[in-house]
Amino acid sequence: MVEGMVSERGALAPRADFPLLAANPRLHYLDSAATSQKPASVITAISRYYETINANPHRGAYALSAAATEAYHNARARIAKFLGVADADTLIFTRGTTESLNLVVGSWGRANVKAGDRIVVTRLEHHANFVTWQALALEKGAEFVIAELNADGTVDMDRLAALVTPNTKVVAFGHVSNALGTVNPVAEIVALARKVGALAVCDGAQSAPHIDVSVDSLGVDAYAFSGHKMLGPMGSGGLVMRRALLEAMPPWQMGGDMIANVGDQHTTWNVLPHKFEAGTPNVEAPIGLAAACDYLTALGMPNVIAHERTLAQLAMEGLAALPGVTVHGPAIDKRGGVVSFSVEGVHPHDLSQLLDADGVCVRAGHHCAQPLMRALGVHATTRASFYVYNDASDVAALVASVARAKDKLV
Amino acid sequence: MSAELDELYQSIILDHNRRPKNFRAMDDATAVADGQNPLCGDQLKVWVKIEGDTLADVSFQGQGCAISKASASMMTQVIKGKSREEAVKIFDDVHALVTGHPTGRDVGPLKALSGVSRFPLRVKCASLAWHAMKSALDADGKTVTVSTEGTGPDGAGA
Repeated sequence: MVEGMVSERGALAPRADFPLLAANPRLHYLDSAATSQKPASVITAISRYYETINANPHRGAYALSAAATEAYHNARARIAKFLGVADADTLIFTRGTTESLNLVVGSWGRANVKAGDRIVVTRLEHHANFVTWQALALEKGAEFVIAELNADGTVDMDRLAALVTPNTKVVAFGHVSNALGTVNPVAEIVALARKVGALAVCDGAQSAPHIDVSVDSLGVDAYAFSGHKMLGPMGSGGLVMRRALLEAMPPWQMGGDMIANVGDQHTTWNVLPHKFEAGTPNVEAPIGLAAACDYLTALGMPNVIAHERTLAQLAMEGLAALPGVTVHGPAIDKRGGVVSFSVEGVHPHDLSQLLDADGVCVRAGHHCAQPLMRALGVHATTRASFYVYNDASDVAALVASVARAKDKLV
Repeated sequence: MSAELDELYQSIILDHNRRPKNFRAMDDATAVADGQNPLCGDQLKVWVKIEGDTLADVSFQGQGCAISKASASMMTQVIKGKSREEAVKIFDDVHALVTGHPTGRDVGPLKALSGVSRFPLRVKCASLAWHAMKSALDADGKTVTVSTEGTGPDGAGA
């Protein structure tokens, strides 16, 4: 795949590279914000791991275990490079964004947040970056405050600035909203957190797959992401955090691998990243994810977001032209490849059921963002999200199917 | 559109969705239940007025898809005037119908819900108001909340 090349169907990546899509030529998969499809190279990398070097890493002195250890660490180095993380050992593997955020809350949060402190989140947050902090605030007697949005679904930066008071310990925000596609101004939010010495925690679940992210340049203290949304396997993902913070934090899960020395009464912890990776690791996950990173690098990350914006813009125009359809969220220059919309008189579940009959897979519901849905004044929306294998024919199918469903249901 | 989908979205279902019956709050209800589907955020409130052993009035309001709204609308029509025992029996018949194991008893207009059984993910949409109604009967005089999650393998799941 040559960088920037457009395949026969107008997608950035050929459908033929994705076995599931190749086997279902009439499928319009528009739910990549939930999970992406996987290229053959990722599936093969996982199979080859089990076929050739499967053993428990960090344990055996035999060559096979050494090979598994080497493969596991090689994957960490490649994923760290892809994400612009110079210190690869500050990339902790987890099951994904949710587990990464729970690690930050459970370890750093429990140790550092106390009664009277303040935790600031935004109205856009996914439940994983909302409920976690809300629960910590309740546990500690800390304040939990929500930065409200402008009418276009962007964070009201003036109101956020006013909320980040000297007692603020955490500013937690998504890089890109899973429900509206809003891209947040990370540098500005980080600057607000810096001013008061608060921890800047970025939920990168919807940015790592789509934007040319350099975590080191973002300036955040913690960055959580999921591999399965970026062509990698389910159960892959990680947390990138500043070394000084990770070294000062208590471990959050105990067990094998994370210890240096276990005495009868006291135990010392292993170095990074092992301190936060208790037990036998999910070796296949980073191996598959590293292959996904290679695939995305070959496509060129700047091309990925450009391609998604082209499709999102087409979808926004096509849907907005249908009477009774409201597209939520900001203008295209402030959003990624996510288009959330409502159809007057049609419930999203009915809509998605009818779209499914046309082979159009979209998400209907609250998108794990109930606080945002309340602000939008809806119970649920229908969401189409785009990725490298989508093209203009997927958008056309979406718009035509919504028009047909509307005629039937209204 | 597929035959299964046409059966799911029969015109009687779509009519009830567009113009639901007994879609109103009730001031003199003897029991109220909130039905919630936490997976999609849908919420229906069901009011029941019991006089002696008779469901003298039944109404509902809330947010829901066409299937849940139509099912609720038809429910209010069918169980109004019935005894508690009859209402519970109809609940059982409908539950059996939408999960694909019909009891064979005549359910009248409710048979329009038979198409739901082909779409397991929609069973809880069709069941939401019915579970709320049943909890309202069980918790006479109190306001209760019932969730589609944890109501059993077929009412819940996913």
